[in-house]
Amino acid sequence: MGAVGQNVARKDGGEKIAGTAIYVDDLSFPGMLHGRTIRSTIPRGRIRDVRLGFDTAGFTIVDHRDIQEPGRNVVALIEDDQPALAAGEIRHVAEPILLLAHEDRDALRAAKIDVDYEPDTPLFDPLASHVSFKSLCITKGDVARGFAEADEIVEGEYRTGHQEQLYIETNGVIAVPEDGGMTVYGSLQCPFYMRKALCVVLGLPTERVRVVQLETGGGFGGKEEYPSMIAAHAALLARKAGRPVKIVYDRVEDMLATTKRHPSIVRHRTGVMRDGRLAAMDIDVLMDGGAYCTLSPVVLSRGGIHAAGPYRCDHTRVQGRVVMTNTPPNGAFRGFGAPQTQFAMEVHMERIAERLGMDPVRIREINAMRPGDTTSTGQRLGDDCSALQVLRQAVERSDFHAKRARYAGGRRGIGLALFYHGAGFTGGGEVRLASRASLELTARGVRILVGSAEIGQGTRTMHAQIVADALGIPYDVVETALPDTALVPDSGPTVASRTCMVVGKILQRCAAEMQSRLAGQTPADYHRDHGAFVVTKEYEGPSGIVWDDETYRGDAYATYAWGCDVAEVEMDPDSYEIRPVAITAVQDIGKAIHPILAAGQIEGGTAQGVGYALIETVVMRDGAMANASLTNYTIPTTLDTPTMDVVIVETPSEHGPFGAKGVGEMPIDGPAPAIVNAIRSLGLDVRAIPATPELVMEIACASR
Amino acid sequence: MRFTLNGAEQNVDAHPMKRLLDVLREECGLTGTKEGCGEGECGACTVLVNGDPVCACLVPFAQSQDCDVITIEGLGGSHPLQLAFAEEGAAQCGMCTPGMIMAAVVLGPRPSLEHMRLGLAGNLCRCTGYEAIYRAVGKV
Amino acid sequence: MRSATTSLALLRPRSMDEALRLLRDDPPLVPIAGCTDIYVGLNFGTVRDMRFLDLWGLEPLRQIEMRGDMLSIGAVATYTQILKSTLVRQRLPILASAAREIGGPQIQNRGTLGGNIANGSPAGDTLPVLAVADAVIVLRSEGDERRIPMERFYTGYRTSVRRPDELIVAVEIPPIDGTQWFRKVGTRAAQAISKIVMAGVRASAPRIALGSVAATVIRLPRTEASLASGASLDEAARVMGEEITPIDDVRSTAAYRRQVATNLLRRFWGDTAALA
Repeated sequence: MGAVGQNVARKDGGEKIAGTAIYVDDLSFPGMLHGRTIRSTIPRGRIRDVRLGFDTAGFTIVDHRDIQEPGRNVVALIEDDQPALAAGEIRHVAEPILLLAHEDRDALRAAKIDVDYEPDTPLFDPLASHVSFKSLCITKGDVARGFAEADEIVEGEYRTGHQEQLYIETNGVIAVPEDGGMTVYGSLQCPFYMRKALCVVLGLPTERVRVVQLETGGGFGGKEEYPSMIAAHAALLARKAGRPVKIVYDRVEDMLATTKRHPSIVRHRTGVMRDGRLAAMDIDVLMDGGAYCTLSPVVLSRGGIHAAGPYRCDHTRVQGRVVMTNTPPNGAFRGFGAPQTQFAMEVHMERIAERLGMDPVRIREINAMRPGDTTSTGQRLGDDCSALQVLRQAVERSDFHAKRARYAGGRRGIGLALFYHGAGFTGGGEVRLASRASLELTARGVRILVGSAEIGQGTRTMHAQIVADALGIPYDVVETALPDTALVPDSGPTVASRTCMVVGKILQRCAAEMQSRLAGQTPADYHRDHGAFVVTKEYEGPSGIVWDDETYRGDAYATYAWGCDVAEVEMDPDSYEIRPVAITAVQDIGKAIHPILAAGQIEGGTAQGVGYALIETVVMRDGAMANASLTNYTIPTTLDTPTMDVVIVETPSEHGPFGAKGVGEMPIDGPAPAIVNAIRSLGLDVRAIPATPELVMEIACASR
Repeated sequence: MRFTLNGAEQNVDAHPMKRLLDVLREECGLTGTKEGCGEGECGACTVLVNGDPVCACLVPFAQSQDCDVITIEGLGGSHPLQLAFAEEGAAQCGMCTPGMIMAAVVLGPRPSLEHMRLGLAGNLCRCTGYEAIYRAVGKV
Repeated sequence: MRSATTSLALLRPRSMDEALRLLRDDPPLVPIAGCTDIYVGLNFGTVRDMRFLDLWGLEPLRQIEMRGDMLSIGAVATYTQILKSTLVRQRLPILASAAREIGGPQIQNRGTLGGNIANGSPAGDTLPVLAVADAVIVLRSEGDERRIPMERFYTGYRTSVRRPDELIVAVEIPPIDGTQWFRKVGTRAAQAISKIVMAGVRASAPRIALGSVAATVIRLPRTEASLASGASLDEAARVMGEEITPIDDVRSTAAYRRQVATNLLRRFWGDTAALA
């Protein structure tokens, strides 16, 4: 019996349950100092003066002047617009200005620093911003013609708020100066992003910079790009001090300073036929990028491409912009733009059904994409397009229609959302990344060498299962090397639901080549006779996949996963609290390499989506998160999460190993629109999330 | 100051207001107890003091004097609850896991879903949606 | 920024007498017990006090017992003790309800009734219960003891009549005639701070207290009088609107608190109608 499809023991399970897994704050080095970041308290202006109100003996102090040629004062990513340390201009609250290190944390905390500013008028409203980080336009067919043919036109505006990733382990790194170079250990998703950023800020060649990913206590995108900033800070301090420096954020700092999900305003104008067919869709997407570019252009891309939902429509236009405001930069978060735009699409779809007096399932059945249909970018879908199947299965399994009839007029509501999610980097991203993965023969079996990070989702386990079965060897003799940039090839970032489908596929190809070299011998026998060898493979784009970054036409993703969530909620008539009672999640992920881990992704993403829908509010005041604590930014507890019924559907994709597609992100696309549509079934016209009791009250009182 | 840690007598010299969490991690070298917030919300630092789960980030070391403190390390690694967590995928990123297990260990055998939801309401998990945790705790 | 704990002092009396002597002779001292508030403040760097008096080990302060016809709850009784106490569940079941909704089990195991009173947050979950119960706070100092009715205990936002040399030692609850009612509306279903919290007693002279709608927990004497006089619920709700002064904060809005306060009043009255 093979390993794929089996619930084999997690590679990292034993250490995690025993409490012996080593996270960054569990590690220390001889002579290590602790670092602290002094941050701006105004949203926009210039630094006039920085005064140190403490005895500096024993302190290492770093500011922007410590970054010297050939080093550059940027956190290298897409635009290189974000300084590692503010040099004069301040664009947001919590922008790093000065770094301190000391061996005693209490002394570090007691140090008093005063910063004088010349404040300027900040801009917080994305609608008023004229600075775009990126804009895009996706056009299919002739929108004007589509509207002319339509029987009805339905318009609406939908809003989503910030969301904090809220990994339970806060951000942290340790920088260790070594041999004229720098090694950084940390909690992170993308060791090679971090290495690149460190090379730029320190002015070092790649061979002098090493990044080692330690056990990472959750990421959800929040440890994609931000760790490059904290690594730069620790490394600058460590270089100056000549000693290791640890920076671990406390929860407040983590929430104040690090990236969040982009808030969005999405406007829909849709032409529909009386029979329910979509005739034209005109969609405008606005995202708030915050003060620096970070990954905003790519978030907008994914958001824009998913904005028309899993529906067929001959005439579609999607225009999108992500703009600058004087708030801390927003960045990667599970779903990466798609949860925002699919929230809008699915609530809008519900409103279209309401307008036509049509059943919400029926309208989706009519319009759901089938194999052979084309997306808004013109991508023709293959046989693994299963929108209709997941929809029907979710409706049947949840007993949707009977419940909807039974709940009518009461305090319970039921609603659904149909959604999809492209796996891997958008467009030509994977080809440009040219990820590599290696397999090394060992005396026992094989060792996987990849830069993919285990952040809880099960990377090590799932990769080992793929390799074991591709080689026909036991799972137990497959081990995974630590993601250490000095040891492993660059398999790209651990993001975009690509670790299984894309990196797993490269590993499968490595295994195939290794198997032919073994020529029937076991790894152990071959090793004994011939010694070790390493197979390295690079990503190969599937043939026939074409994408144009300029026109946004073509195959945006190698393939898509498909999902349908049905949510049941209950409203408290006194407090307007919406209690999520149950969620049925039917998700087609191609193949569950490890069913328990895959279900874990769906359950966890669903819970995170429930929080996004109902209770996770980032209160922004004067450009700063005013509720930066776990007390006041509330994520779901055991009493806030619904009963979940998860069904994994497996319609294989030719592009992934054993048919697998992406699984990590899609689960967060569905809960918010499903829940809001359930609230809508109570007669409450909610068009924004989080649907807090305060918002529901306003709507309930207005409609009374 | 004396206290019992995972069944063994300890004598630790630390500031009385130092958080029990820091004493365990820094003075005793037991880093299995995690810090997620420092404000008693996430429960990642849950340990048993005289048999009761408490947040070690909210306990001054002085109040552990003569107490019986049990941390995740005290369960040994193959406690049935720990094994169930591994089998059911209840540990994903692992950061909430030690605290979650320490909160679950007092719930008794085969607790009902309702009992689990109440008993684990002080422990936040961002990975699992709690479902796998219920499956693990409920079967032991 | 988290406070440095190494600069703080903790005095650990072995008896009540020693605690009271220290309070008198060695000020300033802030009494602490389960520390579920003080360490949160230290975590956020908002605590200015440097010297603390540890009451956690003083067993006499943990007693829950009858004194005559009064239910006496020691200041250091934890929420777990309270929600498990047969006496509390018989005489003041809404206090057990409030205790059950505070934090999670870890907080319930450490947080104390005296701490909730001393902290004096307008959102303190037990405070409306104590207010409608006409509870009496027992304050003891070296050589003196006084009993302050809950209604006169707070003087403003997180301020009270307690002198620095006094300890809250117990709360005394007189017998309650009528039907008790409690509802907390928090920021989520568990581990939540109250957006609004209400306690009520349905009797010939109804009693209502609210948290999170003013600088302190408040009784609503005019609303109570209105209900007692047989006025309509609409009228009582109108009066209630005049008696509360909720604000916008990071957890909710004044408008929400006003609306929900009214809804809870109606719910209280409806729920208790059959039993009245």
